[in-house]
Amino acid sequence: MWSWLHPYAKTERAYALCNTLLPWFVWGALLTLIVGTVWGLMFAPSDYQQGDSFRIIYIHVPSALMSMGAYLAMAIAAFVGLVWQWRTAFMTMIAIAPVGAVMTFISLFTGAAWGKPMWGTWWVWDARLTSQLILLFLYLGVIALYKSFDDKQQAGKASGVMALVGVINLPIIHYSVEWWNTLHQGATITKFAKPSIAPEMLWPLLINLVGFALFIAAVSAVRLKNEILRRELHRPWVIKLLSESQQQGDNHRAV
Amino acid sequence: MSLAIVSMFRRDLALAFRQRAELMQPLMFFVLVITLFPLGIGPGPETLQKVGPGVIWVAAILSSLLGMDRLFRDDFHDGSLEQLILSDIPLPLVALVKVAVHWLTAILPLLLMLPLLALFLNLTVPMFWALLATLILGTPLLSLVGAIAVGLTVGLNRGGVLLALLLLPMFIPLLIFATSAVDSAAMQLPYTAQLAIIGAMLLFALGLAPFAIAYALRVSQN
Repeated sequence: MWSWLHPYAKTERAYALCNTLLPWFVWGALLTLIVGTVWGLMFAPSDYQQGDSFRIIYIHVPSALMSMGAYLAMAIAAFVGLVWQWRTAFMTMIAIAPVGAVMTFISLFTGAAWGKPMWGTWWVWDARLTSQLILLFLYLGVIALYKSFDDKQQAGKASGVMALVGVINLPIIHYSVEWWNTLHQGATITKFAKPSIAPEMLWPLLINLVGFALFIAAVSAVRLKNEILRRELHRPWVIKLLSESQQQGDNHRAV
Repeated sequence: MSLAIVSMFRRDLALAFRQRAELMQPLMFFVLVITLFPLGIGPGPETLQKVGPGVIWVAAILSSLLGMDRLFRDDFHDGSLEQLILSDIPLPLVALVKVAVHWLTAILPLLLMLPLLALFLNLTVPMFWALLATLILGTPLLSLVGAIAVGLTVGLNRGGVLLALLLLPMFIPLLIFATSAVDSAAMQLPYTAQLAIIGAMLLFALGLAPFAIAYALRVSQN
């Protein structure tokens, strides 16, 4: 069952796979992001209550959802790396981590910008906001742990353990924060349960969701390629690859 | 094997008690941090009562972090950790013993200070009992989860701040449930639900954390 996956544990095959997939990710992300964003920002009808300011939803919701999706992807990579001892899995993990952290930051930032006109405040200690903030800290913890090791294989294992512990913690944090909040405040002003969204508003949102996912995949693939090149600098295939690209007068150097 | 476990337990206890200064420092830190709060936010009895449980919990978390890197540091540097990994005692069991000793020597003294601190912060009697119950159930969880991160960072010489970075987000659920239990107690409401959740988290960690700690130690020992 796993035999078709095994070759990708080798860095050379993983690099080739990144090269194959990258154009799809890049063009797909460009297409969907442009269509979704332009549609959402220019042509979708404005909200009857919030007017045009609701349009930030087309950035906010995809980035928030994908920040969690990226964490899941990172944790799966960590799990694969820890169980089957794949070096490429750890490289994938650390390639995704900063991208996910930036997504989390974008969702927090856009949320604050949206909250100011709607709720009258930049920040509330609401369940979702708090757990999203903690998600950012979990990402930063994984990255910080990885950076503090000199031996990158050891670094991958250590931060992989941390990422997995974070996964166990995520639902606990989510629910604890929700209960904590209701215990303290009762009804909040931040009810996210809104009436189901109109289809002409929903379509650009869905397109942007796909766009954000493809964008994360594209950036992660580029980062993974760089990570592979940096770690495998002394392997024959990397030396060959680099000298070839140098001969072509290609200034675009990944290292 | 049980003999080996018992002698290891006694050795660790003896080692901890011979380093009295290291035992005392987190304790003093704990009391000092709590002394800062009435000075910082004003000594009004009602204010103190309101923030008291949270302050005590945050201070307990911070001071447990201070002594945390002692868990495996000395054993790592003098090589006895490597011997323990090579020995035929299961490593998760070793980890569990180390965590137990750490809890007894570094956390239990903090709990013994609690009556005094409850007086400082003007807590009522029901709040005090609730706080004590959450601390007794919750602090072993701090030690267990903390030991995973300590195991991962023991090989690094600059573990201190990193340890706090990794662990503080992990401790948030515990803090939330513990303080909400004390809040319920302050309002004369039952708080067994929160205690049950903390207990469940403790049992979960008791079952899984020793294996994670053992793996972390193997990674650090490379």
